[in-house]
Amino acid sequence: MSTTLYDKIWNDHLVDQQEDGTALLFVDRHLIHEVTSPQAFEGLRNSNRKVRHPNLTLAVADHNVPTTDRTKGISDQESKIQVDTLESNCKEFGVQLFGMDDKRQGIVHIIGPEQGFTQPGTVIVCGDSHTATHGAFGSLAFGIGTSEVEHVLATQTLVQKKAKNFRINVNGTLPLGVTSKDVILQIIGNIGTAGGTGCVVEYAGDLIRSLSVEQRMTICNMTIEGGARAGLIAPDEKIFEYLKGKPMSPKGQNWEKALEYWNNLKTDADASFDKEINLNANEILPMITWGTSPQDVITIDGKVPNPQNEKDEDKKNSIERALKYMGLTPDMAATDIKIDKVFIGSCTNGRIEDLREAAKILKDKKISSHVNAIVVPGSGLVKEQAEQEGLDKIFVNSGFEWREPGCSMCLAMNADKLKPEERCASTSNRNFEGRQGRGGRTHLVSPGMAAAAAISGNLDDVRKYQN
Amino acid sequence: MQKFNTLKSIPAYLPIVNIDTDMIIPKQFLKTIKRTGLGKNLFFEMRYDDNGKEINDFVLNQEPFNNSKILIAGNNFGCGSSREHAPWALLDFGITCVISSSYADIFYSNCFKNGILPIILEEEKIKELSEYANRKEEISVDLNDQKIIYGNNEIKFEIDPFKKKCLLEGLDDIALSLKKSDKIENFENKLKDKKPWVFND
Repeated sequence: MSTTLYDKIWNDHLVDQQEDGTALLFVDRHLIHEVTSPQAFEGLRNSNRKVRHPNLTLAVADHNVPTTDRTKGISDQESKIQVDTLESNCKEFGVQLFGMDDKRQGIVHIIGPEQGFTQPGTVIVCGDSHTATHGAFGSLAFGIGTSEVEHVLATQTLVQKKAKNFRINVNGTLPLGVTSKDVILQIIGNIGTAGGTGCVVEYAGDLIRSLSVEQRMTICNMTIEGGARAGLIAPDEKIFEYLKGKPMSPKGQNWEKALEYWNNLKTDADASFDKEINLNANEILPMITWGTSPQDVITIDGKVPNPQNEKDEDKKNSIERALKYMGLTPDMAATDIKIDKVFIGSCTNGRIEDLREAAKILKDKKISSHVNAIVVPGSGLVKEQAEQEGLDKIFVNSGFEWREPGCSMCLAMNADKLKPEERCASTSNRNFEGRQGRGGRTHLVSPGMAAAAAISGNLDDVRKYQN
Repeated sequence: MQKFNTLKSIPAYLPIVNIDTDMIIPKQFLKTIKRTGLGKNLFFEMRYDDNGKEINDFVLNQEPFNNSKILIAGNNFGCGSSREHAPWALLDFGITCVISSSYADIFYSNCFKNGILPIILEEEKIKELSEYANRKEEISVDLNDQKIIYGNNEIKFEIDPFKKKCLLEGLDDIALSLKKSDKIENFENKLKDKKPWVFND
């Protein structure tokens, strides 16, 4: 029978299948961080269980870490306890940890690929919804809760039910200045934040194949914002090239064997999908979000919606509520939205290519005098690479602050946050109420659009800044 | 895990769609290393003003809804982050049943790990039940019979049989899976042979 890539990975990881459809799935790779793991380790201790495969588990502190000078440690006591707890748990249970002072430390979804821990055809989980990122390598990767983290630590398996197959085809080529961030925002705008609920999404089409590995990660990363737990892309030469020689990638004979297996990871030509949509890349424009849900998207040349045009009462209320929170008026032009802050970073857009894209726009330019802007590289290695390329100087000369790696203002668990009513152009993934700080207002954009907004002082069209 | 069997309560109604886990429990409360104590911060930003004072308009600050065990909410409830702190906060507040027309997948699965029953009903029925919240009348939930009883009416709901069994008996997932240790070991042995690179050896 013809099967999809998701079917193949699923079938290849089935440890047990109950008659009611509940399955026990083997987990090849488990990433953990300080926020969603302490209660899981506590659970193991309480029931006298150990970590079944410490060498299939990798830990890093990212959500709580300061992005400013780290030599004095973490000043917030609760954050410090959480990071220290991760360290002691990893020591006790024999799990490898990239501590705060390790050059390899960074956002969990950036370090996995960087180290070659993320591999095609694997099942990868993490107590974090943006685990979908790793699907860019042709793995089945999804976020889990803390009870499930404990389950994976104890058994190296997960209790799951099979999801539906949903294919999103993107064909054509992207206009100048339009990026994979705009593609995924457009997709979420089309399907809605619950559009992928109960599904695993496969991204396909010639546009997807033309994207770099890092651009693919941006798309898979935000799959969860469209409601699907996992999004994946069939692995190809670009993926194999990226992984070759990475510290945790297979070596020698194992590399050859792995490559043979990875080469067969693709959906059969006549496999059927429960759901399928098509997008034309040529028609995608630079996007922004105007509201408090990632589905609230408009193009940069568009206008903020007017609730009076909405017939459905619930939707109308929801638009009104979002406009009020965001401090926007109906029908105002996107480019009239004045911003206070810019954040470049996160597991969505904190990789080297993202920093290059923003730096290209910022070179020899100054950011607007009323804008406060920070760049938070996704990992210590991204930071090092950027510094070697002189990107840090471009950012600093333009008026940005150059920070240490971590999740930072994507979720504002550390000191980096918005004040009430402050407005931010952000390369992160969620514009929920309060996400970047209580009362803070978030507009999701691509790194180039964030750079353009920093220069203009309001949301602006990145295409104006292309040479 | 606490068993779930039947439940009777005046439901609280929160008519907002896409309630995300940041709304349910904001990030500043994720710094805990415990599962308990989050109830007072449930829906923190809607529930308290800038000075930490309760906002009277918010439903869970009002009698009798401050004692509700059932929460009725708009569609796509629990979207966003995977934080299990969201169901922990609901549970700690005393809510053990949520009724909505749809849930985000991770939140839905997290509920079952904590003895919370998330019921899916059609929008129309949600509106009907919300009237009971408005009138401050009790409704009953019976998991075994998969039905909600309200006034002289009742409505059936669907639930995965395995999840139902685990809730009814308060079963620990890990203990159940560890009973399959032989199968896991068998799988691992084959895996070492077929995909030796997976084990990093």
